[in-house]
Amino acid sequence: MNEIKNVRHSRIKERLAFYLLCVFSILTIIVLALIVSDILVKGLPHISFNFLLEEPRKMGKAGGIFSVIVSTFYIVVLSVVFAAPIGIAASVYLTEYAKEGPVLRIIRYGIEALAGVPSIIYGLFGYSFFVVFLGLKYSILSGALTLTLMILPTIVRTSEEAIKAVPSSYREGSLALGATKLQTIRKIVIPTAMPGILTGLILGIGRVVGESAAVIYTAGSSLGVPDSILRPGRTLSVHLFTLASEGLSAENTYATAVVLITLVLIINFIANTLINKIFIARRR
Amino acid sequence: MIFREKIVEKILLFCAGIAVLGVAIIGIFIFREGWPVISNTGIIGFVLGKDWAPTQGIYGIFPMILGSMYVTLGALMIGVPIGIGCAVYLAEIASQRLSTIIKPGIELLAGIPSVIYGLYGMTVIVPIIRDLFNNQGFSVLAGSIVLGIMILPTIINISKDSIEAVPKEYKEGSLALGSSHWQAIIKVVLPAARSGIISSIILGMGRAIGETMAVIMITGNSTLIPESILSPVRTLTGNIGIEMGYASGEHQKALFATGIVLFVFIMVLNLLAKLIPNKVGE
Repeated sequence: MNEIKNVRHSRIKERLAFYLLCVFSILTIIVLALIVSDILVKGLPHISFNFLLEEPRKMGKAGGIFSVIVSTFYIVVLSVVFAAPIGIAASVYLTEYAKEGPVLRIIRYGIEALAGVPSIIYGLFGYSFFVVFLGLKYSILSGALTLTLMILPTIVRTSEEAIKAVPSSYREGSLALGATKLQTIRKIVIPTAMPGILTGLILGIGRVVGESAAVIYTAGSSLGVPDSILRPGRTLSVHLFTLASEGLSAENTYATAVVLITLVLIINFIANTLINKIFIARRR
Repeated sequence: MIFREKIVEKILLFCAGIAVLGVAIIGIFIFREGWPVISNTGIIGFVLGKDWAPTQGIYGIFPMILGSMYVTLGALMIGVPIGIGCAVYLAEIASQRLSTIIKPGIELLAGIPSVIYGLYGMTVIVPIIRDLFNNQGFSVLAGSIVLGIMILPTIINISKDSIEAVPKEYKEGSLALGSSHWQAIIKVVLPAARSGIISSIILGMGRAIGETMAVIMITGNSTLIPESILSPVRTLTGNIGIEMGYASGEHQKALFATGIVLFVFIMVLNLLAKLIPNKVGE
């Protein structure tokens, strides 16, 4: 009798526990939905072509965000152009050349540490190193160089995973046909790993677009359209931060937030699609 | 040909080394700028000093250290149970269909920029707290709630991976001995995955301590030592983020000195996460 009671008791406990966990998981999604919908509801009515294509006026209180979009675009492109070759090369070294030992351990530790450094520290560093020490001043270039370091770990890790997943029979086939190691990497390994590598780059872009603390003290927050990469510029995230914290204009704040969140949604969607493609390809 | 391959290998090694170089140079430049202030004030005076009055040349960051600790602890109290619960649910219980909805949601939560979290906290969560408790709303509590949400993806993803990495035989053995699914999860799967779960918490902690813009927008940034979770508070990151815009001279160096303390905190956390054995059951 007692045993049956125990079993029933534990069944009820199990039910309750599973319900609680289910509630937790759904709560996570509800929070996401609340945040995204709040921004969209408050901001979408203020989005228009004019808002996207007009220059900001009165410190962003009026007008649009054209120059901000241009600066964001420059910084994204530059930091990916810098970080992609370094990151991919690093991941090729780690997967195809490196042997277990102190060198590999130090490099791995470096990548992990770089990933853990808070963005405000990147901001301080970028300011003292690129802006002041190298004399690049507040500029798109200073911002992009700072962000290059910041997104490097993301790119290295994702590319590494992608390269590791290339079946070794591919490499062996190529080597057996007389190709050198380098030719094999260039013609077989990297093309096969390309979707994974691209995912890393896209995740990097996502971080650049969303970053504010590291950019505001390196690229500055000037509202003009930068006519060269040595000029300062204000990115979307920095613009949103400034508008929100100075309470300048609720309409423009939320409209900027909508543009930012839409970009992030698109970037996430592309990354997810790529990841799914890789999985499907692998199953075959 | 072989010569060329050797050179390419060296170039690749150099690229891999840039990460190490980066960390070193970040450390060097933060210390170079900030150390004079710490050595003038004395480490104890700087870290335990209760007053922050840059105009009078008084630099004590004890309130900010406490501030960072409070907000981070609060975030963990919210983020850890929900995060681990969600990870268990996704790894062990959820149907295929439900997890195809939840997983991309969590990825998205990770991708939302911190300024958006800040904006939401400032315009939704802070007013709720203001109405509930009749205070200014900008508080430790508001910061904890928003950071608690922000660290969820870190905790969920890493915990979930480590739960999924527990060998199936462990669970099957437990079930075969007559335990229920829930008992197997609590008594066998979670203990076996604990190292991964602990490192997910440490990394979440690192994210909470390092977060800047969202925190500035919602915690009120007072330099006084907070009296309760409803008091406004300034974190280490907030201290740098707010004043960096106009600080110069020694004041600016004091912000770099704040950065040193933050940098050391983060490096210690990273080291802790590394020291945890990552094999199951060790």
